[in-house]
Amino acid sequence: MCLAIPAQVTTVGANNMAEVDIMGVTRHVSLDLCPEAQAGDHVLVHAGFAIQVVDEEFAKETLDLLLQLDMFRPDGA
Amino acid sequence: MTFMEVCGTHTVAIAKNGLRDVLPDSIRLLSGPGCPVCVTSNADIDTAIEFARQPGVIVTTFGDMMKVPGSRSSLSAEKADGRDVRIVYSPLDALALAGREPGKQVVFIGVGFETTAPLIAAGIKRAAESGLDNFSVYSAHKTVPAALGALVNDPEVAVEGLILPGHVSSIIGLEPYRFLAEEYSVPSVITGFEPVDVLQGVWMLAKQLTEGRAEIEIAYTRGVPAEGNPTARALIDEVFEPTDAEWRGIGVIPGTGLAIRDEFAAFDALKRVPVSPEPPKEIPGCQCGEVLRGVILPYECRLFARACTPEHPVGPCMVSSEGSCAAYYRYTDHGKS
Repeated sequence: MCLAIPAQVTTVGANNMAEVDIMGVTRHVSLDLCPEAQAGDHVLVHAGFAIQVVDEEFAKETLDLLLQLDMFRPDGA
Repeated sequence: MTFMEVCGTHTVAIAKNGLRDVLPDSIRLLSGPGCPVCVTSNADIDTAIEFARQPGVIVTTFGDMMKVPGSRSSLSAEKADGRDVRIVYSPLDALALAGREPGKQVVFIGVGFETTAPLIAAGIKRAAESGLDNFSVYSAHKTVPAALGALVNDPEVAVEGLILPGHVSSIIGLEPYRFLAEEYSVPSVITGFEPVDVLQGVWMLAKQLTEGRAEIEIAYTRGVPAEGNPTARALIDEVFEPTDAEWRGIGVIPGTGLAIRDEFAAFDALKRVPVSPEPPKEIPGCQCGEVLRGVILPYECRLFARACTPEHPVGPCMVSSEGSCAAYYRYTDHGKS
């Protein structure tokens, strides 16, 4: 239940909401818990909220691990 | 060496990847009370169901809660009976629903640990700022560190090291666990969720034990800074105050619940939509409580894979995909080897 997935902030909009890219999927998340996050930052997303800003290299490390799992392959293969 | 993880995502990662089989026999991994849905008491589930039975109420919940049996029913059974129960991905979805349905009261069932509690707090603040008067939260949240203290204090529970939850720690950081090392001398490692992360956590625990150390270490440095997320913690403190909470299988642990503060009483479902559920009763034969404390393994329960399966679950540990029983059912040979 406490699953959180790395995403990259693409644009920060009004009302503390941001558009993020999660492995090619665009979602809108709240930055209420990470007001310091800016476009380009990597964040961990849980239930529609960024909960932590993470280092880019570390985010890529997790994404690479996730991509090894079938369920997260962007092509669904 | 016996280590316990206390996070449903770890439970699944360990079972699904067969990590128990690749570790030497001298290392035993137990699953503890790390699935928020599983540790939710029958009284809390019965209360959620009562909200759904009130006219003009829409109950919103994370999907994991739907099939969890309370004393007499489940949210899923109530929905089948025609009550308005809806699964949401985020409290923001429940807020949006309240905006679209001004004639209804939208009650959000708040279940989860410190990872989830701050974003429910943020949802309540957003509702307050936008003047929504038909959104409220039933707070059944729980906080982890004191529950770990209760576990390591339990003479029936023999744990020599703790695999600490990654994303709970993203919020609370390292400090709240310090007492586990200092007062109880239990080595503890904050661990990530990929198979290699879990193995690294186990290795660090084994190293501490063999070197005679008891410290709180972070293996999952890419998701957990030592200080956690202070903004999120401030939100929890602003909206909630500590209260006693009943954990399934463990009992009442003082100070591990989160009640909505008086300043935000307008968003407290217990005050907005008063309900009085019947007294809770236990599920006959279900040994979830012992499973959650690591006293028995799932397949040692009398009902496991007989009366209780994922298709026809009896207890919450078989219902939730992150429950220990569901993980053992799906990914192990049920203790045959």
